[in-house]
Amino acid sequence: MRHPALPGFLAGLLMAFQFNTTAQGYDYPFTDRYVATVAGTPEEFRAKVPVDIPRKVYQLEVFPDRQYPDALFYAGKLKYALVYQETRAPLIFMIAGTGANFDSQKMRFMERAFYQAGFHVISIASPTHPQFLTSASSSSVPGRVADDAADLYRVMELALKQAQEKKHIEVSEFYLTGYSLGASDSAFVARLDEERKLFNFRKVLLINPSVSLINSVTILDAMLEDSLPPGGGPEFIHNVLTVFSEVVRKQPKVRFDENFLYEVYKYRQRQGKAQEQNVKALIGLSFRISAANMAFTSDVMNNFGYIKPKNEILRTTTPLTDYFIVSHQASFMDYVDRYAYPYFKAHEPGLTKDELFHNITLNSISDYLRHSEKIGMMTNEDDIILAPGEIEFLRETFGERAQIYPRGGHCGNMEYPDNVAYMVNFFK
Amino acid sequence: MKTLTTGESAASVLPAMMLVALLAGCSTAPKLEGPVVPAELPAAEYIDPDVIYAVQEVYDPWEGFNRRVYKFNYRFDRYLFLPAVRAYKFVTPDFVEDGVHNFFMNVSEITNFINSVLQARPKSAGITLSRFAINSTVGILGLFDPATRWGIERLPEDFGQTLGRWGVGNGPYLVLPIFGPSNLRDTTGLFTDSAVLYTALDPFNFDEHPDREAVYYLFKGLDTRSHVPFEYYDTGSPFEYEYVRFLVTKKREFDIEK
Repeated sequence: MRHPALPGFLAGLLMAFQFNTTAQGYDYPFTDRYVATVAGTPEEFRAKVPVDIPRKVYQLEVFPDRQYPDALFYAGKLKYALVYQETRAPLIFMIAGTGANFDSQKMRFMERAFYQAGFHVISIASPTHPQFLTSASSSSVPGRVADDAADLYRVMELALKQAQEKKHIEVSEFYLTGYSLGASDSAFVARLDEERKLFNFRKVLLINPSVSLINSVTILDAMLEDSLPPGGGPEFIHNVLTVFSEVVRKQPKVRFDENFLYEVYKYRQRQGKAQEQNVKALIGLSFRISAANMAFTSDVMNNFGYIKPKNEILRTTTPLTDYFIVSHQASFMDYVDRYAYPYFKAHEPGLTKDELFHNITLNSISDYLRHSEKIGMMTNEDDIILAPGEIEFLRETFGERAQIYPRGGHCGNMEYPDNVAYMVNFFK
Repeated sequence: MKTLTTGESAASVLPAMMLVALLAGCSTAPKLEGPVVPAELPAAEYIDPDVIYAVQEVYDPWEGFNRRVYKFNYRFDRYLFLPAVRAYKFVTPDFVEDGVHNFFMNVSEITNFINSVLQARPKSAGITLSRFAINSTVGILGLFDPATRWGIERLPEDFGQTLGRWGVGNGPYLVLPIFGPSNLRDTTGLFTDSAVLYTALDPFNFDEHPDREAVYYLFKGLDTRSHVPFEYYDTGSPFEYEYVRFLVTKKREFDIEK
């Protein structure tokens, strides 16, 4: 005779087993957090997603009256991507990580995964990408996450409107996600939406968020600086360009995003030069290039006198070599200390540095995050951008809504099947 | 970055384009008034005058001109070239595009062969010759590329590389209208290859069929551009000009050394 409770018991066992697999049976291939961060998920381990999906790239003119210096004459429009379903469907807004554009490799991959699962997707650049900061940021000084969130919110509103006009998409409800800094941005966008109620996001997923921006950039700055010889400026610039040219031999398209990092890594690996110190330096290097591009663009937009002397006019024909050299030697902390903070203080005389630093943490909105059931968080135990104690903060703040994988580094496992399944199911 | 140049197709319109490039450009930039104030991070503090930084390695005495042409190329791409390429790709089935591409690649084996010989690389010359023979016959006048499928890789060589092989330096960096980043030596090479192929050898008898010549250049231009995965000012870096200048120069050095 069959025991009546057996099916239930089996189901329970199965569930317990599944629960276990996320902890122990997790087979993401890299155990080194730095290698994971750089190499991501190699093709043979990646989740299977469709290659050709209905996707359009559109552009927005957010500030039609804004004037641009000659050196940035091209920078007035913001490109974004729309991935669309033919029928009524939910829409996911997706925000890229530090320095990444709307079409970074991770964004392209997630578009395919979400399309396959039946979602429309709108992909937006990070507010730290030069294109966003010139064309869509109200201050053109990225980094203060609440301000960046307001800029993103404006872009999302305009992009949705344009997408509906151009492709007549029908949206049933709205979701939001972002990775890295884009995850931190998403948290602040979600909070803003509680007041503005334009989208009423049903669910929001933060993927490998930075908890404290200052802590994260300190870690990333150090990765590069620790690997340089003292006074290594000239050599550093040389290395940047040499590494770049090594990559370009194999990969003709120049992109300043995480895929570039991977190409360099593969190249180094073939050369037998992929030791940990080099891998760390590479991460720091890639981050530094983003910071240089961001800082100089922002300074030129505002004529604030950080790297370009105030009031000096850059024409189409002006050589930028000297500024190139200076920009690549300036750290992200230089940007915060010697540019962003003075900039914001000039507009809000009472602003203290501590206040600014606190404002760009998830701790500053921890009450909201703790009580907002719609927000989930996925990260890794060994994420390199988290300072000691921050993984505990995330676990404690999000409770059962925290999905923490044992490894994957910073965003390295986003394309791994378990992670993709988790992300897709989170929104389903 | 190996194919930033856009092929020989536009050689005949180059002087006119140079003129347009120089005339192009008007500014709506915000006015900056007041005295110039030293920067928070002054260049003098960060740049050691005794060091030649990598970004300074490329000799670029015509930078002003080059930057104007760079900007012109962006506009030319954006308003004319890329829309034309998109239209071409839209109306033509993929197998036709591939055939067109293979055809032009096969024609260019002629100059690849000549330059291999001039560089005293008999092995390369032999490989190139066999590719040309196979693709022109089995590959039906070059419309298909069976040679690559059989593992005989294409070995592009141009007269700029030939000059480089025998010790001719880059000369000044030069951004060509439409063709893109180059230098004086490679530009000389470009015109030489083009003159040898289309004027001296003239395999398609353009001399007596200028209409044929126009169609040829049109499709060659479209085909070449559609295989260049680069768009001006698309990296988002304010230093794109510097990065491209350095990378293209390094790329050419590798091509010559290999």
